[in-house]
Amino acid sequence: MSKSMSAVKQAIPAEIGGGTDVAMTEGGATAQAVAGRKILPVVEGVVLVAALIAPLVLQDYLTVFATRVIILALFALSFDLVWGYAGIMSFGQALFFGSAGYGVALLARDLDITNIFLVLPAGTLIGLTFALLLGGFLLLGRHPSSVIFVSLGTLTGSYAADRLARGWYYLGGQNGIPSISSMTLGGYEFSEGPAFYYLVLGILVVVYLLCRFLVRSQFGLALAGLRENEQRIAFFGYKAQHLKAIIFAIGGAIAGLAGSLYAFHEGFVWPNMVGVVVSTQVVLYVLFGGSGTLIGAVIGTVIVEGVSFWLSDNYRDIWPIILGVLLLLVILFRPLGLISFVLGERERVGSFGASRKETDKEKRHAAP
Amino acid sequence: MPLLEAAGISKIFGKLTALDGAALTVGENEFHGLIGPNGSGKSTLMKCIAGAEVPTQGKVSFVNTDITAFTPTERARAGMSLKFQITSVLPSLTLYDNILLALQAHSSLFDLVFSRTRGALHDQVMTMLRQFRLADRAFDAAAALSHGQQQWLEIAMALAGKPKLLLLDEPTGGMSLEERRVTGELLQPIKKHCSLVIVEHDLDFIRDICDRLTVLDQGRVLASGTVSEIQANSSVQEIYLRRA
Repeated sequence: MSKSMSAVKQAIPAEIGGGTDVAMTEGGATAQAVAGRKILPVVEGVVLVAALIAPLVLQDYLTVFATRVIILALFALSFDLVWGYAGIMSFGQALFFGSAGYGVALLARDLDITNIFLVLPAGTLIGLTFALLLGGFLLLGRHPSSVIFVSLGTLTGSYAADRLARGWYYLGGQNGIPSISSMTLGGYEFSEGPAFYYLVLGILVVVYLLCRFLVRSQFGLALAGLRENEQRIAFFGYKAQHLKAIIFAIGGAIAGLAGSLYAFHEGFVWPNMVGVVVSTQVVLYVLFGGSGTLIGAVIGTVIVEGVSFWLSDNYRDIWPIILGVLLLLVILFRPLGLISFVLGERERVGSFGASRKETDKEKRHAAP
Repeated sequence: MPLLEAAGISKIFGKLTALDGAALTVGENEFHGLIGPNGSGKSTLMKCIAGAEVPTQGKVSFVNTDITAFTPTERARAGMSLKFQITSVLPSLTLYDNILLALQAHSSLFDLVFSRTRGALHDQVMTMLRQFRLADRAFDAAAALSHGQQQWLEIAMALAGKPKLLLLDEPTGGMSLEERRVTGELLQPIKKHCSLVIVEHDLDFIRDICDRLTVLDQGRVLASGTVSEIQANSSVQEIYLRRA
């Protein structure tokens, strides 16, 4: 609970103030603008509370499923930062997720290293390094690289990694690396279940808050400029390519962290984990939930995974088609994702400078 | 030594020669108008100076540095600023954030991540907004502004980085008469610290605020001089008469 409270408190300085007369121009005018209340902290709080009580009400096998979903939500955050905030179309996000997974699997298999304080930083570092290398190559030209170049470049990277993993005997070829030992903390072993669930939930909350801090900072304002009009901000003197490479690297690090958790949770890694299928999956999570809002990425993951789980149980043969149609409908009619049902455009973009309240206070001080 | 010197600028797009050895020299604290009939190459010359286009031939010097091969970012960091012909304010951000975005462009990455210049820049943001008569709309999205106000916001953003040279491509495009007059008033005070190159169709506007004029015709300089010299120039009169 305290976490959701602090999340609510954090949101207040960024508030535009009364908000009653904020112009809603994009047709996204919602009741919240009139009421002058903020929707986002409420949504975040609800999701957090639901996540906290989930293992208490779910059956054991569903808690295992929920743990997987939380890890994938962490992965989705990485793509949301890169695409939703910086406008970099990365179709190869699984490359960082999967290579970190393979990395920690090898650490466990060959060096017997499973300590959580070693494997998670190692996985994060692997994701970061791969993202720096690929991002440096794709983004750091003297002139801005095109969206097509970046999306094809990341897609190719992911595809190549998939093929490489399939063909490389040391990595287990088609079968990947099975039966990875459990992640440990001293003598304790993290096996599937509530402990693992709360561990990944804790990590998700911390990473979420860090991302939230970042996207609401002045750096976040620069990202908003980058996303909306890259050429324009270059003319202000921003090193737009550097900004992109930095956020791409951060995204890679988060994907790496998620990938290493995934490897230990599932107990095996396999070539799909670096490949195009998982890369595309994360794009869908974020588009479905709503890109450019961190909570949208989390909600999208939960819903897409939840719905496919339920559909695959009940409509064994045709569930991928139903899921596909659902996704298409959302992307067609709600391009800003499910979150846009409750979240107005103005609040989604947010405010970065001083609030109206602060400015008004200043005026009152200046008046006498 | 002039602030900006562009010499022998040619720009060829396929078969079209947009500029054919055009030149432009701007001194410090000088308001310089760039005029000429449609298609005479004004906007292209502006883009070559700003770095949005690379000239096929010629050289651009700015504060004694050859900047011909500089990227827009490097030019901005050297003290050049451009207001686009098509307004490119960031519509979904508030006016306040638009200005802040322009002002914080030179802050270090560390300062940006930890929002360390946000407080310090607040007064500057509000001063710029007041100067351009936009302060009461500071927290509206820029998309909600009228066309004229968006142009002012854009000029304010272009000035935010305290440039030595401001390039204005048709600042009064689509403005009402009253808005044009106010734009002229808004531009006057910046002369103390900034030079200006301005492309404009409205000759009255340009005559009122500029010190010197350069007239382009078919990609070449037809004449360059003070406003009164240009007004007296018979070949300039001829091309404008020909157009009329």
